[in-house]
Amino acid sequence: MTWIVQNLWLVPALPILAAGASALAKQRNRMFAASLAIGSMAISFLLSVWAFAHVLWLGNHGEDVRQVVNFRWFQFGNEWLKLGWVLDPLTAVMLLMVTFVGLLIFIYSVGYMKHDENFTRFFCFLALFAGAMLGVVIANSLLLLFMCWEIVGLTSYLLIGFWYANPRAAAAAKKAFIVTRIGDLAFFLGMVWLYAQAGTLLFYDGGAGCLEHSALLGLVAQTTAIGMAASTGIALLIFCGAAGKSGQVPLHVWLPDAMEGPTPVSALIHAATMVAAGVFLIARIYPLMSAPQAGMAIALTPTVALQVVTWVGAITAVFGAMIAVAHYDIKRILAYSTISQLGYMMMGLGVGGVAVGMFHLITHAFFKSLLFLGAGSVIHGCSGEQDIRRMGGLGKLMPITFATYAVGMLALCGFPLFFSGFWSKDAILHAAHSWSVSQAPFYMGAFGALLTAFYMTRQVYYVFGGKSRLAATSHVLHHASDSTNTMPHASTPPHESAAVMTIPLMILAAFAMLLGLIGTPAWPWLQSFLDGQRATSDFAAFSNASLLSVMVSSSLLVFLGLGLGWWFYGRKPIADADAPDAFGQLQPRIFAVLGHSFYVDELYGATILRLNAWWSHVCDWLDRWIWNGAVQTVSHLVLGFAWLDNFLDAHVVNAGFDEGCQGVSRSGQVLSLLQGGRVQNYLRMIGLALIALVVFLLWGARE
Amino acid sequence: MTPFPWLTILTIVPVAGAIVLLGVTERNKNLARWLALAFSFLALALTLILWWHFNSATGGMQFQERYTWISTLGVQYHVGIDGLGLLMLLLSSIVVPIGMVASWQIQERVPLYFSFVLLLQACLFGTFTALNFFHWFIFWELGLVPAFFLIKLWGGPRRTPAATQFLVYTMVGSIALLLAFLAIFLATGKFDFIDLAKLAQNGQLMPAVIGKLGWHRFTPEHVALMIFAGAFLGFAVKVPLVPFHTWLPSAYSEAPTGTTILLTGAMSKMGLYGFLRILLPIFGAEMQVVLTPLLWLAVATIVLSAYAALAQKDLKRIFAYSSVNHLGYCLLGIFAVMKFTGGDAALTAEKYAAMNGVLLQMFNHGLTAATLFWFVAMLEKRSGGPRGLNDFGGLRKVAPVFTGLMGIALFSSLGLPGLNGFVGEFLIFKGSFPLVTWATALSVLGLLVTAIFILGILQRVFSGPLNEKWMSLPDLTTGERLALAPAIGLMFALGLWPQLLLSVINNTVIQMVQQLRF
Repeated sequence: MTWIVQNLWLVPALPILAAGASALAKQRNRMFAASLAIGSMAISFLLSVWAFAHVLWLGNHGEDVRQVVNFRWFQFGNEWLKLGWVLDPLTAVMLLMVTFVGLLIFIYSVGYMKHDENFTRFFCFLALFAGAMLGVVIANSLLLLFMCWEIVGLTSYLLIGFWYANPRAAAAAKKAFIVTRIGDLAFFLGMVWLYAQAGTLLFYDGGAGCLEHSALLGLVAQTTAIGMAASTGIALLIFCGAAGKSGQVPLHVWLPDAMEGPTPVSALIHAATMVAAGVFLIARIYPLMSAPQAGMAIALTPTVALQVVTWVGAITAVFGAMIAVAHYDIKRILAYSTISQLGYMMMGLGVGGVAVGMFHLITHAFFKSLLFLGAGSVIHGCSGEQDIRRMGGLGKLMPITFATYAVGMLALCGFPLFFSGFWSKDAILHAAHSWSVSQAPFYMGAFGALLTAFYMTRQVYYVFGGKSRLAATSHVLHHASDSTNTMPHASTPPHESAAVMTIPLMILAAFAMLLGLIGTPAWPWLQSFLDGQRATSDFAAFSNASLLSVMVSSSLLVFLGLGLGWWFYGRKPIADADAPDAFGQLQPRIFAVLGHSFYVDELYGATILRLNAWWSHVCDWLDRWIWNGAVQTVSHLVLGFAWLDNFLDAHVVNAGFDEGCQGVSRSGQVLSLLQGGRVQNYLRMIGLALIALVVFLLWGARE
Repeated sequence: MTPFPWLTILTIVPVAGAIVLLGVTERNKNLARWLALAFSFLALALTLILWWHFNSATGGMQFQERYTWISTLGVQYHVGIDGLGLLMLLLSSIVVPIGMVASWQIQERVPLYFSFVLLLQACLFGTFTALNFFHWFIFWELGLVPAFFLIKLWGGPRRTPAATQFLVYTMVGSIALLLAFLAIFLATGKFDFIDLAKLAQNGQLMPAVIGKLGWHRFTPEHVALMIFAGAFLGFAVKVPLVPFHTWLPSAYSEAPTGTTILLTGAMSKMGLYGFLRILLPIFGAEMQVVLTPLLWLAVATIVLSAYAALAQKDLKRIFAYSSVNHLGYCLLGIFAVMKFTGGDAALTAEKYAAMNGVLLQMFNHGLTAATLFWFVAMLEKRSGGPRGLNDFGGLRKVAPVFTGLMGIALFSSLGLPGLNGFVGEFLIFKGSFPLVTWATALSVLGLLVTAIFILGILQRVFSGPLNEKWMSLPDLTTGERLALAPAIGLMFALGLWPQLLLSVINNTVIQMVQQLRF
């Protein structure tokens, strides 16, 4: 086994070590922390390139493209719990993407966070995040994956709440952790269930892993109490975890709030990598997701688990895109767009398999991080403004940001041929078109594509088109989250950002265009690579009628969306920051519902959160009054019996008159002692009772 | 040849310390503190020697000493430890110095305070090493005395009712336990745990008891269940199991925080230890009969106490309920192990997992809860008393190191992978799920609610705008950082390398599970 496979653990370990070192560093060692994080990430990137090349080499030489290294972690009973890492095409592609995008965002952050007082901590958390995320990618054990997954959740929490003094950031961080944890606990149950059924959590272990043939056969053969195959139950539970992390409806509510974090965090964690971890997880356990139930013909009908994935994804895709139409915060629009795109990825996995979902994951990572970093550059240039109504005219002032943002926007819309989003989204739509269960996801996806083109056009016109509306803005600055912390001066005019920020933008823009070429129908390199085969070019693929019709119709929808966007927002320049939204004027009710994100937060607040708070008070009340009340009652009963005992002693046993008189005064004294709460007396009573019981027992034994 | 009496010496060291401290005058506060700490470190060193010499390849009793004491009653002085006992000794030896350091700021009757702490430690050692009911029970009961006085004399404003409730409540449990064992003794003439366990495994114990105490009105099953119930009550109060837990929140919150550390870190483990050492081997069949209600009680312990923690405003009460919640997972694991599974090898393996998880969780909870209360003590010292959830705000600004380190302890309590709490919980859930699926699935709710109140603490105490009142609240001193470092380091070490503990306890666990007879 070669060096890179044996030492693949270095890829996550280096950033984690860098995080550990900078955690111990002093606040003022800014460049130490940044260079440590960037340096470790650069080495991890080089190692990832090597790993990728190795997988390519293995494929070209006809060897097994999946290499695993397992090791013992601890022993319980007679078995060892093993963990391990795996290098296969899926790992290799994700490693390249995460390290490359991560590296660019690390570099960008040096510029973006330059004025932040907790600069050192920021890079510590970023590096920890990168390490944990890379751990998720290389894990060959569901347990190791889950552990890294939770640490990823922790860093997400820390980075969303990075500006902890802002109560909204603190609340958003908590919300993100708890909502994703709801999914994670279902994941946890799915994991222990899988462990019980398969006897291992290693994915691949020379035929004995839980994703390999024999374990899967056992899983589909088991049925649960409700007639579902164990594999389906486990797959659905694990999918809950993926849905939480990847912001799928109904667990999406944390992702828009997560935009309270610094913008590079939004780009890296809440757009490119972490939120895609859920999609990656489903891709990783795809053999389990797609294991056909016993008696079901293979590949004829998708499994229940995959159908659920598809429907949830399709609903999320439309849901997110609709909400994005009516928001004004530049980052929130992108956040809802991310939710929508994650829905596409899930749908792609459901209808088309690993390659379709992963293709969109990769292209999206590039163009969405480009958009977020562009938004960051805009926010930076506008001294912290995030409301798109108060921007405008930035196209001339920030030309590099504008050009790169436009590339990202067109890629996200799926503008035909020259942009990566087109190819990856089309692969999903094409697969949905030929899905055997229903055509609805296809139409939902197509509608989402139209909306995507529309809301992105709206955003670009608001931000870059027309004249600057920034003048009237200074009063909003205090509650724009990025403003108070990173921005040097609140009143500088809009300006282009420094090279440390624009160069990553340009690199990402290049990838946002070119990456589509690795997965076109004519040369489906990525798809073949993930399947462990060699790609062949076949331009005749374009002559496939259904493929062509999907491509043409989705292109038409994109044009329609762009056109509608222009009609509403581009035709007449938006003159005034307080002018009502053009589409909102046309459909005020719909616009209001969308602007409140379908009132999901309000719904949860009125139901689940209230129920939770109410139940916690019920438990507290039970504790104080019922459980403790019972105890108090018993203790008072005991005291009452003691009093009665004493009373009988005084008045019945010592019946004499004189005795009685004395007894009354004595009992009064004793009684006051009894109720004085003195421990000696309690003990005496307990002792008496004990003796009585022992006598009773002995007496009983004699019989 | 008599082997070197390590365990007796270990128990005597803190007693000696307690006596020495009584000779220290009131004014020599620092002398008393350092002397006490020195004795606790001596005990820790002895425990580490035991750890070093312990043969983990066999799970059986080691370092045994056996002397006839009261021959007419069959009472022997019999001590020994297996992996479980050793783990508990180590935990006690770690928790007691933490409790002492956290009590540093106590100013009244300092020598007496630390003398009681050492006495409590002696009782812990005595309980965790005794193998004969007679002196085991003496230590078990005697431990209440220093605990009672520590609460009563140095506690918060409502210390007197809290101390009394604590004492009487646990006393009632103990008396039930004593009665049960007297009944057994009358029937068998034996007090030795190992002998009794053997009798129980051969199925001779309960017939003997029933033969001797066969009341005609009760069926043999009922007599056996009554005796079990007595013993069970004693331990259930101590752990505690809902609904026998109401003494705990007030005792934990009224006790001086240094004492709370001892109560939660070490004393709460006495109850679980009793479950493992006494109930499991001796009353297996009876637990089997009432397993379903017991499981529901465990789930109630986990879920209700987590929710109750969510409603609290006092940090100490939050952590008190959180302790009940964490020990509830141990009870879930213990009850799951009691499920009858025939000879199914796969399910036996699950029992190994759950039981190892229980032991790990006991240790990890002790470490984490002690550290958390330690942080509360440091916070109280800085604030001069207030420790409410809403008394602070934004402390991270002025005390970033405090926040960071307490954050680590909080996330350890939450069960974050990479820190010590996770592995134990994972093993308990992994083992319990196939054995008692529904109870385990419901218990997951406890993990969620724990996350909510832990993050609530981070949000309200440490985040948000800085409360003007605490503008000059000092961060951790270098001394405090150094003192905390071993505890925090241990959290990471055990989270990443649980084999450190598992290698010592695993063989004991295998024996314990194999000895179960229903």
